[in-house]
Amino acid sequence: MTGFFLRRLASVFPVMLVTAFLSFAAFHFIGDPLQNMLGQEASAQDRARLAAELGFDRPFYIQFLKFVGFALQGDFGISTRVGRPVLDLILERLPATLELALLSFFFAMSAGIALGVMTALRPSSALSRVSMTGSLIAVSLPNFLIGIGLIYVFSIKLGWLPSFGRGDTVKIGWWTTGLLTKSGWKAILLPAISLAAYQLTLILRLVRAEMLEVMHSDYIRFARARGLPKRLIYFSYALKNTMVPVVTVAGLQLGSIIAFAVVTETVFQWPGVGLLFINSIRYSDVPIMATYLLIVSFIFVAINMVVDCIYYLLDPRLRAVGGIK
Amino acid sequence: MKRLTRKFAALFGSDIGHSYLRSPGALFSTMVLLILIAAALGAPLLAPQNILDPRTLDLLSANTPPWSANALTGHFYSFGTDDQGRDVLSATLYGTRVSLLVALVAVLLSMSIGVTLGLISGYFGGRTDAAIMRIADVQLSIPAIFIALLISGLSRTLLAPGVRDTLAIYMVILAIGISGWVTYARTVRGAVMVEKQREYVQAALMIGLPTRTMLLRHILPNVRRPILVIATISLALSIITEATLSYLGAGLPPTQPSLGTLIRSGQDFLFAGEWWILFFPAATLLTLALAINVLGDWLRDVLNPRGL
Repeated sequence: MTGFFLRRLASVFPVMLVTAFLSFAAFHFIGDPLQNMLGQEASAQDRARLAAELGFDRPFYIQFLKFVGFALQGDFGISTRVGRPVLDLILERLPATLELALLSFFFAMSAGIALGVMTALRPSSALSRVSMTGSLIAVSLPNFLIGIGLIYVFSIKLGWLPSFGRGDTVKIGWWTTGLLTKSGWKAILLPAISLAAYQLTLILRLVRAEMLEVMHSDYIRFARARGLPKRLIYFSYALKNTMVPVVTVAGLQLGSIIAFAVVTETVFQWPGVGLLFINSIRYSDVPIMATYLLIVSFIFVAINMVVDCIYYLLDPRLRAVGGIK
Repeated sequence: MKRLTRKFAALFGSDIGHSYLRSPGALFSTMVLLILIAAALGAPLLAPQNILDPRTLDLLSANTPPWSANALTGHFYSFGTDDQGRDVLSATLYGTRVSLLVALVAVLLSMSIGVTLGLISGYFGGRTDAAIMRIADVQLSIPAIFIALLISGLSRTLLAPGVRDTLAIYMVILAIGISGWVTYARTVRGAVMVEKQREYVQAALMIGLPTRTMLLRHILPNVRRPILVIATISLALSIITEATLSYLGAGLPPTQPSLGTLIRSGQDFLFAGEWWILFFPAATLLTLALAINVLGDWLRDVLNPRGL
């Protein structure tokens, strides 16, 4: 296990270094930060002085090393649009995104597994049919259209839930949470559901397929022959064995939820990092784009690693010699 | 001509043709798709307005609801108009055209990158293979929409503001194309590694066929089925990705709108109760993606390539 973990960890470094290099190259080659900071009327001397002050006259690789050094200390530079440190901007918006992502992950997992089991066991029931048709439509339905549809029905037509923002938030240390106020819950409901919809269908289809396969296996047939109660067979015997692939996919889906949060945050004007990123693309705010890229790829890499390790723990076959490398 | 009819007869006599004629979903979605493609191709002829030319806007008939005549001008609009008197039907037709074009070219691009790299990776193995697959792994761990967003965002930053809008369509194609190659590469690589062991490849090697000919004329035709399945599914995905990029404002500009751009601008009117500006492009987008997905599902079931 330790060896596996270390090997995985070692493979993370090149990926992060490449991402860091790309982010740095973006900083370095795109736009002219000196021009942005000095304005149009600066003289050549001013320019040279500021370049020397900021270390821009040094060779490329030294600048890159300095960038990595600063990044490791949490210093990602200053946003060219807002003029504040990038890390502050991202950190104050991170709680909003994480709350949204985790809540919709929870929605997707619980509803996906429940509906998946049901569609596998009772394929002809009305709810199963509805969810199977619904899942086909949801796969073809762009994420933002689900959000717009929800806004139209629940905010505009019925007026039950707000169509934008986060509601009232409570500050706990540097973390702001909307989950402690009524308006916060009202505000998070629609974005979380719209973000969960696609992942829900994926989990549903996966659980259904796995359940169908497991239900035909010998040990289930044997458990039936022994006259075990159905509930026990379905949930303790069958469902448990579908969990290995589900955990893997679920982990990867967490990454994709964070990516798609960009879209949902735009639809609902949710004040998270995704919205910050989209605005930075629109206004060519390279430091924010680069930092977001770094942080998100770090999250992805971390999730992938955790998933690999869980997979390894769940499936004893992988631990055999010559299993996973 | 005779050869063509014979080919068609062979196609419908085959297992695939048989299954096709018996699958109402596949038949219906082909029909829907053909109609949409015809509408997209014929947009300049079918559309009452040329939405790329601002002079054809009917400003006085702004905000006409669908299937009604404007109270002021008496002009009838089947899909209604927006606040500048732009006919929603024309906008939807042109939007479908742009969406389909971008998605098709992007799929072709990612297919050519993916298949080429997959062939090379599977056939040569060794270090080349390891390098290509390593890149694929890294890219696969990042969602495609994200890569597309980044490429589109970076290219916007690199381009001068003046040419940004005119070049946007190429940037979007590039972004979606690059974000989608991995699935092809992995599948083709797997298939090639199996084919490589076959006798016909050994025989071809023996007579000293050049590698290029071997890959393109002998191995490629034998791995085309899974490629077809992936291409169909990724066509739907590309349409959705393009719409998402445009919706986010990182795709096609309002001067050259795709369905996503239209939805983006239509969203503002939703709160004013003018639902049709958003509804028709959105419904078209959904129909398009759904029809392709149904077709893709059917294809996958029929061709049944393992491990997809």
